Amino acid sequence: MQSLMASIGYNGWILTTLLLIPLAGAVTLVAQARASGHADPEARMAAARRTALMFFVVEAVLSLGLWWSVDYVSADWQAAVSVPWIPAWGIHYHVGVDGIAVILILLTTCLMPLTVLGSWTSVREKPHAFYALLLLLTTGMLGVFMSLDLVLFYVFWELMLVPMYLIIGIWGGQRRLYASLKFFLFTMLGSLLMLVAILYIGFKTGAGAGAPVFDYDQLVAAGNYSTTAATWLFVAFFLAFAVKVPMWPFHTWLPDAHVEAPTAGSVVLASIMLKMGTFGFVRFALPLFPSAATTPAVRSAVIVLAVIGIVYGALVSMVQPDFKKLVAYSSVSHLGFVMLGIFAFTTQGMQGALLVNVNHGISTGALFLLIGMIYERRHTRLIADFGGLAKVMPMFAVMLSIVAMSSIGVPGTNGFVGEFLVLLGAFRTQPIAATIAATVVVFAAVYLLWALQRIIYNPLTKPENASLKDLNWRELGLLVPLVAGIVWLGVYPAPILNRTHAAATRVVVQMGGVAESNGATQSEGGR
Amino acid sequence: MVEAHPLAETAARFVWWLPALPLIGFLVNGALAFVAAAKPGPADPSADSHGDAHGTDAHDAGHAHADDHGHGAHAPRHRFAAITSIVGPGVLVLAFGLAVAIFAAMRGVAEMPAPYVNVLFHWMPVGTLQLDAALQLDALSMVMVLVITGVGTLIHLFSVGYMQDDPGYPRYFAYLNLFVFFMLLLVLGANYVVTFVGWEGVGLCSYLLIGFWFSDTANADAGKKAFVVNRIGDFGFMVAMFLLFANLGTLNYADIAAQAGHLPAGGVVVTAICLFLFLGCAGKSAQIPLYIWLPDAMAGPTPVSALIHAATMVTAGVFLVARSSMLFALAPVACLTVALVGGATALFAATIGLKQWDIKKVLAYSTVSQLGYMFVGVGVGAYTAGVFHLVTHAFFKALLFLGSGSVIFAMHRAYHATGNHADDAQDMRNMGGLRQYMPVTWALMWIATLAIAGVPPFAGFFSKDEILGETFARAHGSTLADATLLGIHGSTVLYVVWILGLAAALLTAIYMTRMMLYTFHGPNRTGDAARPHLAEAPWIMTGPLVVLGVLSAAGGWLNLPEVVTNILPVGKAGALEHWLEPVVGGATSRIAAGAAPTAASTEELLIGVAVAIAVAGIAIAVVRLKPANLVPKPAAPPSTGFARVLENKWYVDEVYDATVVKPTYVASRAVLWKGVDVGLIDTLLVNGSAAAARFLGWVGSQLQSGQVGTYAWLLVIGAILVLRVFAHVS
Repeated sequence: MQSLMASIGYNGWILTTLLLIPLAGAVTLVAQARASGHADPEARMAAARRTALMFFVVEAVLSLGLWWSVDYVSADWQAAVSVPWIPAWGIHYHVGVDGIAVILILLTTCLMPLTVLGSWTSVREKPHAFYALLLLLTTGMLGVFMSLDLVLFYVFWELMLVPMYLIIGIWGGQRRLYASLKFFLFTMLGSLLMLVAILYIGFKTGAGAGAPVFDYDQLVAAGNYSTTAATWLFVAFFLAFAVKVPMWPFHTWLPDAHVEAPTAGSVVLASIMLKMGTFGFVRFALPLFPSAATTPAVRSAVIVLAVIGIVYGALVSMVQPDFKKLVAYSSVSHLGFVMLGIFAFTTQGMQGALLVNVNHGISTGALFLLIGMIYERRHTRLIADFGGLAKVMPMFAVMLSIVAMSSIGVPGTNGFVGEFLVLLGAFRTQPIAATIAATVVVFAAVYLLWALQRIIYNPLTKPENASLKDLNWRELGLLVPLVAGIVWLGVYPAPILNRTHAAATRVVVQMGGVAESNGATQSEGGR
Repeated sequence: MVEAHPLAETAARFVWWLPALPLIGFLVNGALAFVAAAKPGPADPSADSHGDAHGTDAHDAGHAHADDHGHGAHAPRHRFAAITSIVGPGVLVLAFGLAVAIFAAMRGVAEMPAPYVNVLFHWMPVGTLQLDAALQLDALSMVMVLVITGVGTLIHLFSVGYMQDDPGYPRYFAYLNLFVFFMLLLVLGANYVVTFVGWEGVGLCSYLLIGFWFSDTANADAGKKAFVVNRIGDFGFMVAMFLLFANLGTLNYADIAAQAGHLPAGGVVVTAICLFLFLGCAGKSAQIPLYIWLPDAMAGPTPVSALIHAATMVTAGVFLVARSSMLFALAPVACLTVALVGGATALFAATIGLKQWDIKKVLAYSTVSQLGYMFVGVGVGAYTAGVFHLVTHAFFKALLFLGSGSVIFAMHRAYHATGNHADDAQDMRNMGGLRQYMPVTWALMWIATLAIAGVPPFAGFFSKDEILGETFARAHGSTLADATLLGIHGSTVLYVVWILGLAAALLTAIYMTRMMLYTFHGPNRTGDAARPHLAEAPWIMTGPLVVLGVLSAAGGWLNLPEVVTNILPVGKAGALEHWLEPVVGGATSRIAAGAAPTAASTEELLIGVAVAIAVAGIAIAVVRLKPANLVPKPAAPPSTGFARVLENKWYVDEVYDATVVKPTYVASRAVLWKGVDVGLIDTLLVNGSAAAARFLGWVGSQLQSGQVGTYAWLLVIGAILVLRVFAHVS
């Protein structure tokens, strides 16, 4: 496989191609919309989704090569491309990946076709615009994972914001304007400060050289800021990423955004966009400002917020009447685990955090898709409006049960492996935080099983539910890969763990944590 | 490497087939259930017709037949019933055959230097955590495997008859097969994490099977309660694993056994590890304070109660303590806690069992109580005795549950034949005099009753007596007796445990005799119409009962005490003790260190006391209880006074509800969600600075017009402005 990849120069063109294909798709859709202005709405919808699906499938298939083509042990950036963009300002088009980025890129490219299938019949208004924005969003998200130039990173970071804002604001539910504005304000306020910080470090590092420096490796290598400056810079990055994660108490945009967003919006938001926050910490905030991040006060503050988020999210989840809100708050809890794992500064914690990222992407994405399926049938998301669905929709019940088990973290599913590694790793350096976080295994069971019971079990009392149709082939087909992922990563996560190991260990070493290679302890404490 | 192991060339190398077989069964039956759901055939019973057609009181077997009403006189069986009937029990028969072959191979090996470990693949290779998906064969896991596959096979066969008309027939067997898969993983795991996979997996299957008839809110509630309460225990299990890894850097049983000595004996760390582990055990094995889920779990089909909630899953906690004996031996305080909680649970549950009317509830509390005995055994370091009682209990309690299933099956058939859907088929007040209609079940259940009551020579007598005897012996001299628990001398604690055990033994004899008297003796109260329809169940159900009857009668031979073999030439003494020696022998002798063995005369006296108590209990029940005075449930007056407290289970559920469950919900809703989230954060962060919000809202409204260019300009201008300020400051 590797020699095949090398023979077609795969690593040389793949990243740029992955960024361009969605853009091309978006342009195609715009052209298509112009051309089919007066066609029958059904036909327009069919044409738009077909085009979008085609581009996403091509994107996904091409991206799969990364699984084999990349050297996961190497300390160098893989599949890297660097071209000067604005040389006078030291800005480059510099992209490249390591194991952490590859896994998130693959999560993105594999999930996007499924979101198109999930929107298949539910997006009837302006379908071309909708799918064009979805494609544009994809370029933005992939760009964030690949960028090795901080200005480039910031461009992609902001590029994500607009399509999502519009997707919620135009195709959302009743309070879509409120929700989209809240989403916009929170993320914007956070990221503006980050832009300031980026410019500051760029100009400061390049002060002697004539041009500012925005190259990732150079900035990481430079990094000699005064303690005060480093702390403020870290805080600026922290705010941008913490809003995105979202960490408590910057999370209140999330429930509103999720509830109002259309299914595809919720899926992308939860499965991929939230990962930008945690990815941002691992790629940027920690390596750029290790001294600030490892300051006991800063580190403790982050861990306290993470643990509050873990417990708080679970408790508030428990009492939500709206299923989407329940899942939204459960995301706050799950992403808190990721933060705890990252700031544990141990190999197990870091790798567990990366795995929880992926797991949350799969299982929460699947949950939103499932909610979308019953919403399309009943036009309600209130848990109390259901009950006894297992009788009329047995396949839906099976799928929802499996996904719920993954979200609860039952062993045998992916959810367990990630949570277990995070807690095991965090316990080594933060035993009290890890123990408190571990209590959530109880609450997670409460909120999901209670919802499960009220939706698929119990007597079927509502006559509207008695005639609901079970999943069709399209719906079943789009869920099967997700369920397969849930089982695969639960039973045999080693391929992913092996791929993220070197990259994760590198970050832990940078943080002076308990870093271990596979087999022996590499460096213990001290930097 | 493993090739040097004497078992490597024997049947043991197929050990992975043990869990694989039931997994295959699950996949086949699950696929059948899924296909049937995806494409309902014309002959499939509609799911809608069951669960609604009968009164709320008739649980269990009621469902299995309720669909008759929607479909005329004869219920069509599930269209895949034939395949399921072969595959479901078939994989268990094969697994049992393999287990016997491996057992024979192990017996053929003179000496096992170490457990036989079969690594399947690398599961979580993360730094120093090199977790493998690996199975481990040793004397302890072998005993468990034989019980699980052996008793499991019998219960699968029984289920073929019991569940025959249920519309969810393949789904039932899929869950049951999956349960056996996880249970085998639990006992065969070579590290704590594989065991934990099985541990939570059996909990999942328990959840699915308790709520098997999910259309009843009560059943769905019971399933959820079981899962959640178990998760409280699982929290403890997880923290124990974290502690182990943080201190020893490994989670493999073999490595821990080798390195446990690095932990200071009696130290905080090892004590904490053991106590957290025991929290897990208290959840899974229904001990105080987490026992509350098990009685509710009786909402599941009765064979499930027999397999999961009596014979196998609930004993996992006992197994785990025995598996972790190398750690417990270093933590006397934890051992005393285990023994004390076990003894208290044994007595407490027995008091509730005295006043239950539902035949399955009696057995449920009896199970909680018997599990308490097992914990007394493993708590005092008598691991063999604890495991011995686990095995005999699996025999006689499975028999009791399946027998009660037979009774419920008959009761329901009789009610059903007469169109009676109001009466409760599980309430003993509606039974009485069943002996003449079901003589085989009657005789077999008496054997089991005598066994659990501790009457010689039935199985339970030997195991229970051994536990009580060992407890008494440890109180005289052991590392436990020298330790202190909360300032109380260990020796005192052990005497208290011993007395708790004796008292529970008396109550056990009473409530079990009560159950037998009310069910099988005295006049019949089923009703004149239904009475002629009462009859023995088909052979596929009574057959397994007979096998279990033999085992319940003769199971004591597994580990005869020397006091008996010295007098009677009936067999070898301490066979099980000898068998388990390599696994738990070290821990046992460490705990018993320095104690003189109990004198033969004392031992004989103890046995005499135990037998006298059992006989006294039976006598009290026979003399005091008058089945003739009972009236059928609808006419029965509510109980009063202390009896009412017992009937209502000491109101523990209500107390938990008022002190834990409700406050958590109220606080989450009112304080966290409405207060902090909506009230505080949103007000402060979002709506607090009204001016900023209005300004940015205006920005947003400009965006709404679609002019992305404006947005970009604003962004750049704003950034440059802020940057200037920043540059001046620094």
